[in-house]
Amino acid sequence: MAELKYTKDHECIFVDGDIAYVGISKHAQDALGDLVYVELPEVGKAVEKGGDVAVVESVKTAAEVYSPVDGEVVEINEAMADDYELIAKPVNEDGWIVKVKVSDAAALGDLMDQAAYDAYLAEID
Amino acid sequence: MDGNRGLHYEENLLWEKEYSDHPGVDLPPVEITSLRTGQDARETIGLPQLSEPQVLRHFVRMSTWNYSIDHGFFPLGSCTMKHNPRLNEKLARLKGFAHIHPMQSESTVQGALELMHELQSWLGELTGLPGVCLTPAAGAHGELAGVMTIRRAHEVNGQAQRKIILTPDSSHGTNPATAVMCGFEVRSMPTSETGCLSVEVFKEALYKTDPNGADIAGMMVTNPNTCGLFEKEILEISKLLHDAGGYFYCDGANFNALVGKVRPADFGVDVMHINLHKTFSTPHGGGGPGSGPICCTEELAKYMPVPNVVKEDDGSYRRETMEDRPTSLGTLKAFQGQFGMHVRALSYMKSHGADGLKQVSEDAVLNANYILRSLCDDYHAPYADNGPCMHEALLTDKKQKQHDVTTLDIAKALVEYGYHPMTVYFPLVLPGTMLIEPTETESKDSIDRFVTTMKKIAQDAQEGKAEEFHNFPQSTPRKRLDEVKAARQPTLSWKHVA
Repeated sequence: MAELKYTKDHECIFVDGDIAYVGISKHAQDALGDLVYVELPEVGKAVEKGGDVAVVESVKTAAEVYSPVDGEVVEINEAMADDYELIAKPVNEDGWIVKVKVSDAAALGDLMDQAAYDAYLAEID
Repeated sequence: MDGNRGLHYEENLLWEKEYSDHPGVDLPPVEITSLRTGQDARETIGLPQLSEPQVLRHFVRMSTWNYSIDHGFFPLGSCTMKHNPRLNEKLARLKGFAHIHPMQSESTVQGALELMHELQSWLGELTGLPGVCLTPAAGAHGELAGVMTIRRAHEVNGQAQRKIILTPDSSHGTNPATAVMCGFEVRSMPTSETGCLSVEVFKEALYKTDPNGADIAGMMVTNPNTCGLFEKEILEISKLLHDAGGYFYCDGANFNALVGKVRPADFGVDVMHINLHKTFSTPHGGGGPGSGPICCTEELAKYMPVPNVVKEDDGSYRRETMEDRPTSLGTLKAFQGQFGMHVRALSYMKSHGADGLKQVSEDAVLNANYILRSLCDDYHAPYADNGPCMHEALLTDKKQKQHDVTTLDIAKALVEYGYHPMTVYFPLVLPGTMLIEPTETESKDSIDRFVTTMKKIAQDAQEGKAEEFHNFPQSTPRKRLDEVKAARQPTLSWKHVA
């Protein structure tokens, strides 16, 4: 199984070389409920760590998706605009929202692995 | 069968009525056919043609689907759905107020101008902010007027480099939206565990990109905040902000907790809006237009919109112009704002008097605390241990969620039991929030009934009746709606307009 990483803001990330696949964690999906809209950025958009990269909206709320790293958006998951259920798929398959080309690989070290994220979830509950 | 049962009426659209293509009134034939008679337009755009009783029944039937404060308890947090005294309506219908026109000579409407001048004085006194502009037409419009006033002040004072507005993450969504509309950048500040803004967090945001805060235009804070709590460190926070050269915009949505008790100027506010349709009992929404006057310090009053009403040395009143106050940012609304609301608000103020208004806020706070204490064992009340709340009580669904019942289900259950739900999923500082504002006009009896209903809901959730909750409401003309489908595949127009 692919190794997934997480942020404190509940992004879920899969790293393949210098490309980071960015989606949202199961916890974030449960908190939001069914998605009704995903706002995707333009391909080529420069993003910085912690900056907005997309918006996911449910009937309850709209939430920003933050980029886990500095870099550039190289691909957006346009299929998601037609099928919001894709968000539930693993981020390394069809569940990613954007792919970001990482310009500073060191930032990836700040991400939590599954065990650290599970511990973090237990702590904030 | 047409779907009617009991005295619940189904009502279709005007276009769908039988004979809606037949004129309800026989008009004599028109001799000249031109666009000005409207005949061509009617044939092409297909307006329904109905008789007076058909039209009357249509709108009266639809009005029975409404739920308003005149039906029952309406605990919508941060909205202050209080009773609108009918005395306000009586006074607003006086001919001298109801039948005048803004373009009439001012010498013929001196009474109306005097009323507006007096309202300005009352608002100035209650807020401690003497510069009052009555023109904004709603709360969000007042916010816009207030933040534009701040922007104007910085521009005039050569401080246009100040581009950042600070807001707590508990703020109303209109606050950051207003700041962005005025060309500012929003810097959000996290709410601390106590539900309030802390000096430490504020300092970090204030000095984040400039050691002296020289890039800060101001901050927008609601006090009491949307967790229903008074911002205890606001004095120190507003002092730091002023030292850095920023202005303090206060969102007045929650002013009902403070009227007559605290003057916002005394905790450092430079400009705020007042929702006459919340705090001062003028009708909300469909009952009439809103009204969101702004009150500001003498310094900022130079920049606020024109016109306000001024009193001349000879005792007469007039609306000022740009010539009177050339530093003003200009006009934001035609004429002088929603005058009918000014009449109602002043009627409310004068019928209560200063002591009555003070009791209003005391009773509003008492009622909210009664609800908080009555329900804090049944529901998670995140800030209840820190002391009393102000005019609204904050609960969450943390306990019910363990039984698969969420805030949305609780809101739908309230509809089933005949209540308008409280504000749900706001503020955003915690998951599954429910913000309950009873206002001072609810009796103990009515609040007790609501509390009993809320306790029953908590009990049913705990007893594992989640399935029942997921199907609420059942007794309403329309049952549980598929909100996800409605948002994903909205039907935005009627099927076909012939």
